[in-house]
Amino acid sequence: MERIEEKLKILADAAKYDVSCSSSGSKRKNTGRIGDASASGICHTYTEDGRCVSLLKILLTNHCIYDCAFCVSRRSNDVKRAAFTVEEVVELTMNFYRRNYIEGLFLSSGIFKNADFTMERLMRIVKKLRLEEKYNGYIHLKTIPGASEELIKEAGLYVDRMSINLEMPTEVGLKMVAPEKDHESVKKPLAFVQNQIQEYKAESKLIKHTPQFVPAGQSTQMVIGATPETDLEIMNVAKTFYNDFKLKRVYYSGYIPINTENSLLPQVGSRPPLVRENRLYQTDWLLRFYDFNLDEILNPKHQQLDLDIDPKLSWALRNPQYFPIDINTADYKQIIRIPGVGRQSAMKIIQSRKFGRLSEYQVKKMGIAFNRARHFMRCADTPIILGTPSMEYVKQTILQRNSTKYLTTVSDTQLSLF
Amino acid sequence: MQYIFDGTYNGFLCCVFEYFEYKDSNVQLQVEGDDATQTFLFDSDKSIITDLVKAKRVQTGLQKHLGKSIAMDFFRVFLSEDRKAWAASFNIICQIFSGKTNILGNYGSEEVLYFKQTLKKVSRERHRMKAFIRFSRSSDGMFFAVIEPDFNVLPLITTFFKNRYADQKWLIYDVKRKYGLLYDKENVMEVKLSPEEKHALTTDTVITLDEKDEHFQNLWKRYYQSTNIEARRNMKLHLQYVPKRYWKYLVEKQV
Ligand code: SF4
Repeated sequence: MERIEEKLKILADAAKYDVSCSSSGSKRKNTGRIGDASASGICHTYTEDGRCVSLLKILLTNHCIYDCAFCVSRRSNDVKRAAFTVEEVVELTMNFYRRNYIEGLFLSSGIFKNADFTMERLMRIVKKLRLEEKYNGYIHLKTIPGASEELIKEAGLYVDRMSINLEMPTEVGLKMVAPEKDHESVKKPLAFVQNQIQEYKAESKLIKHTPQFVPAGQSTQMVIGATPETDLEIMNVAKTFYNDFKLKRVYYSGYIPINTENSLLPQVGSRPPLVRENRLYQTDWLLRFYDFNLDEILNPKHQQLDLDIDPKLSWALRNPQYFPIDINTADYKQIIRIPGVGRQSAMKIIQSRKFGRLSEYQVKKMGIAFNRARHFMRCADTPIILGTPSMEYVKQTILQRNSTKYLTTVSDTQLSLF
Repeated sequence: MQYIFDGTYNGFLCCVFEYFEYKDSNVQLQVEGDDATQTFLFDSDKSIITDLVKAKRVQTGLQKHLGKSIAMDFFRVFLSEDRKAWAASFNIICQIFSGKTNILGNYGSEEVLYFKQTLKKVSRERHRMKAFIRFSRSSDGMFFAVIEPDFNVLPLITTFFKNRYADQKWLIYDVKRKYGLLYDKENVMEVKLSPEEKHALTTDTVITLDEKDEHFQNLWKRYYQSTNIEARRNMKLHLQYVPKRYWKYLVEKQV
């Protein structure tokens, strides 16, 4: 195998556990040369596990001085090590980009020598792309914890998004698997960058042509299922980080067992918690776009998300007093709380009912999951039922109706590989 | 009564013009040569001549009622090449000009729903082409790609590729509709290829590739394989996102 091909194999393989792939939210324009950062983001292809491939996601190197138990690049792991040169990364990025393979570069690195030394190398790549190649495509840079503020500040002028991973949802969890790390060294740079973003924004209101600073904002990632946090704990941390650092995204990454030595971590061969991961994303979505409060979905009495039903349905079943909702009179905020009705369908309902009261056959065609929704809404022709059916009965009906769909996803997590 | 037109968007708009001029009843659209037995069933059937001035007046009228970007939706839906969607568009436009300007909000109506669904399908295909186009670099520095989209979306992606690849020459060719777009670092123009050129483009025989092109194609395949996580494999989802009919033109899906 050619040298560069082998490097790419090793360093793409080591980078793939970072799930963020978003290429959206920036508006970098092309100035007659090459590239722009499309505001909506584009997935150029998908892996066989159904994840979007939008960016060339690689590590500069998988050499690392740390030994975090959950990470393939950890010092004690017996894997092949490699490192790209600055030129190699630039050449790969430009050639992939020009062929429309990718939206841009997601660059991260193991820590070699020390944080600043690593960060400085990453900076050289980013600057070469922007200044020499006149490249205006998307760049996502992983900040190296412990790098100096000057370096972070300079990087922010060239990249579209920065991220720094929390790794484990709680400090206690993190200490179990990575004693050398803490949440403080994540919070500090997040806060610093957030401050800078604010300052540049304020300045650009006064002065035209203020340079952009991390225009697509910051994100972070937590590994799920490696350490014993509850869903409530996880979502509490996410909520705090969204609030405190105005993050664009929090990613939840179901732990994929890669460590045979550490007895605290799930064993190699056990399935990653994919359904749980999905439920966390759904909850995240409900909090950010459906105006739910966290304690409606998770609270001390209900600390784990249901695996067999989605969190909105679960909330609705626990709160029958809000239903049924009359879609011909209720406002948008109420309609989006109906299980099986999304934001787009809710907008369609609101627009269409101006032309006359809507019946079931019309609503059915507006892209809602009718089997779920019908128990919770009333249309013009819905027969009035005296008294409310028991929510246990509703749940069973929905699960039966969807049996194939739900059973396969649930058994997916329960079956081990063998 | 049947309106027989040339199958272009401007021709379509001229049908609307005709309708408002003569108030014919029960109008059906027919494309010249679409279905020979159907055309000219009755003496009253009309052959509609495409007149750019008339077409422009109808489009401008739509813009006045709906705004520029929503008026464009009719062009987008037209690119679906779906006759049923054309009929729905025709009826919707006629209603808009008859005073029901907000009709597009009525998802309770079958025609509006079909129009919107088609619009969504065309947009999805447009988005897919932005994502799935793979350029190869020829030895003279031209980046070329062959596509075979479900709908005629090439006109909808021109600006995107022009803005993004401003400093490289490119050609995107639709083999299904037999035309392409060529960008010469200044302008984009429509091109039709001679049979030999077409052959060259689709079989790699005449166009010589840049010596490093294969190298980067291999690296891209390598990258694609390495980024997969076997423990999360989900082919059902994969096929939903990358339907098989697109694989032919995707570098990473060739073995
Ligand atoms: S510091 Fe980063 S790269 Fe190094 S072992 Fe820990 S998680 Fe892995």
